[in-house]
Amino acid sequence: MQEIHASQVRPPFYRDERVLGIFSQLLVVLIVVGMGLFFYSNMITGLREKHNVAISFSFLGQAAGFDIGESLIEYSRERTYLRAFVVGLLNTFQVAFLGIIFATALGIVIGVMRLSTNFLVSRIAAFYIDIFRNIPLLVLLIFWAQAVFFKLPRVAEAIILPGPIFLSNRGVAIPWGIPTDSWNSYLIVLGIGVILGAAVAWFLREQGKRTGRMPLITLWFLVTVAAVGLVGWVILPQPMTLDQPFLEGFNTQGGKILSQQFMALLSGLIIYTAAFIAEVVRAGIQSVSKGQREAATSLGLNPAQTLRLIIFPQALRVIIPPLTSQYLNLTKNSSLAIAIGYPDLFAVAGNTILNQTGREIEMFTLIMGTYLSLSLLTSLLMNIYNRRIRLVER
Amino acid sequence: MSENDAVEEIIICQDVCKWFGDFQALKNCSLRVQAQEVVVIIGPSGSGKSTFIRCINRLEEHQAGDIIVDGIPLTRDVRNIEQIRSEAGMVFQQFNLFPHLTVMENITLAPIQVRKMKKEEAQETAMGLLNRVGIPEQADKYPGQLSGGQQQRVAIARSLAMSPKIMLFDEPTSALDPEMIKEVLDVMQELAETGMTMLVVTHEMGFAREVADRIVFMDAGEIMEVGTPEHFFTNAQHERTKLFLSQIL
Repeated sequence: MQEIHASQVRPPFYRDERVLGIFSQLLVVLIVVGMGLFFYSNMITGLREKHNVAISFSFLGQAAGFDIGESLIEYSRERTYLRAFVVGLLNTFQVAFLGIIFATALGIVIGVMRLSTNFLVSRIAAFYIDIFRNIPLLVLLIFWAQAVFFKLPRVAEAIILPGPIFLSNRGVAIPWGIPTDSWNSYLIVLGIGVILGAAVAWFLREQGKRTGRMPLITLWFLVTVAAVGLVGWVILPQPMTLDQPFLEGFNTQGGKILSQQFMALLSGLIIYTAAFIAEVVRAGIQSVSKGQREAATSLGLNPAQTLRLIIFPQALRVIIPPLTSQYLNLTKNSSLAIAIGYPDLFAVAGNTILNQTGREIEMFTLIMGTYLSLSLLTSLLMNIYNRRIRLVER
Repeated sequence: MSENDAVEEIIICQDVCKWFGDFQALKNCSLRVQAQEVVVIIGPSGSGKSTFIRCINRLEEHQAGDIIVDGIPLTRDVRNIEQIRSEAGMVFQQFNLFPHLTVMENITLAPIQVRKMKKEEAQETAMGLLNRVGIPEQADKYPGQLSGGQQQRVAIARSLAMSPKIMLFDEPTSALDPEMIKEVLDVMQELAETGMTMLVVTHEMGFAREVADRIVFMDAGEIMEVGTPEHFFTNAQHERTKLFLSQIL
């Protein structure tokens, strides 16, 4: 009987699978680190010898000296570059946040319409998708700016929509709430409302676990908060007054003014991204096999129950990853704002600040880092959600 | 026909026709099934067997002829369609369990959502049914964690949870590995013995011979021959029936 030692025979090191694996990993690390060091030292020497500057972010503390068209926080040209940077960041954040919400809503509607058995409805959705998916975003944005919002009539001839909403060459004026002295007390009342709502939601959840019929928890949460809010509104002396815009002389007074640039950018981003989201939603719903719908139907579930309990939960798994990509695209695409004069992060930091200070390395590090952080944050949130709804197999 | 006969005959199909575009899938199919009867439908693939039983709970719409289930005419009236669906359970070739729900949730979903049953009650019923199909220990698993045979038994339990009067089986064992076919057929046989009215599309001739009260042979969208298993396997009349049986046996 021959003894077997096959596993103990060691091959020469240059044929050893494990040694080769470790060696190739090391090689890659060395190349990457080496190239990184080379470029970095090259940049530093270049900066020092040719321009006699070292990398430093201290210029951010200097006065900016330029105006910004619109800002969510208080800003003037005496404030620092850092403040200007934050103004741009908040403007980007604002347009991306609203854009994501509206594009998702519009995209879901169009995506579901696309699958309608009604020929007309489905063709309208298909037409929308075909048009807006195939026009470059930059063209769309400039169209919305130059052909629509910048062409609005003078204030005296403003287009008035119910609300009232005034559309004019000064922007879009919408009614807006103005907090009064009792506003802070009202915020406390709202806080109590949220706590009560959470309690109601918890109670319903527990009850749902017992009966197996999950009520619409989010709805009841919102109803509770709204009810408490309403009671607080009646008890407190007017926590907020409604400020409606009105025409006065050559301008609109009151309300909140949304600039033409902001409206053009937001409209363009929503309409463009919604076309992609619609296709994502359609693909998700279609990915659920026909048999699922048939099984639900033969069990007696109605179409609404089938969509809510069977189709959507399964479609979500397919929808979430590409939807995340669309959210990232929308956020990054908002940097095209520079083409229509909306002061977003890139327009403020990558154009104005950069031109004034000549700090390319520092500014691009900041800008890229900021966009990267925004995107990673979005991905993180979506990934957490995706993990929660994953399918269990084997 | 008197009123009593109508109650006795739980499924009545009269001259049912169905087209897919220009292709006629069902040609004047007529069949009467009595309560507690087990009818097995056989025939070559593409002969319209599945289409026929899918018409009975309106997964497909028939375009001509009459279908009456337990006295309820199957028309465009959604209330009738709903009632018929609640009387007829269906088991599919591909199981079609809901992959995002546990076995227990798969079975209790419809009783809770459609019949408005209490959760405890639905779960109790579900456990009873899982015992009946022999896999009570799988209640908390997801369908993806079960074998094909186990999945199909869950699918049968899921249909039974709605306490249907009729069970429709659309090739319930065709997607199973050979060693799992028997466990599903055993459950079906046990169900037949309890007096369930069953309409079964299958290629399992052993099952047909042993369990069926009558066998229906379909070919090219037509019902060619109906008879007892004895009649079929010893004394088939039609040439096409004989040809089919000679190929399959």
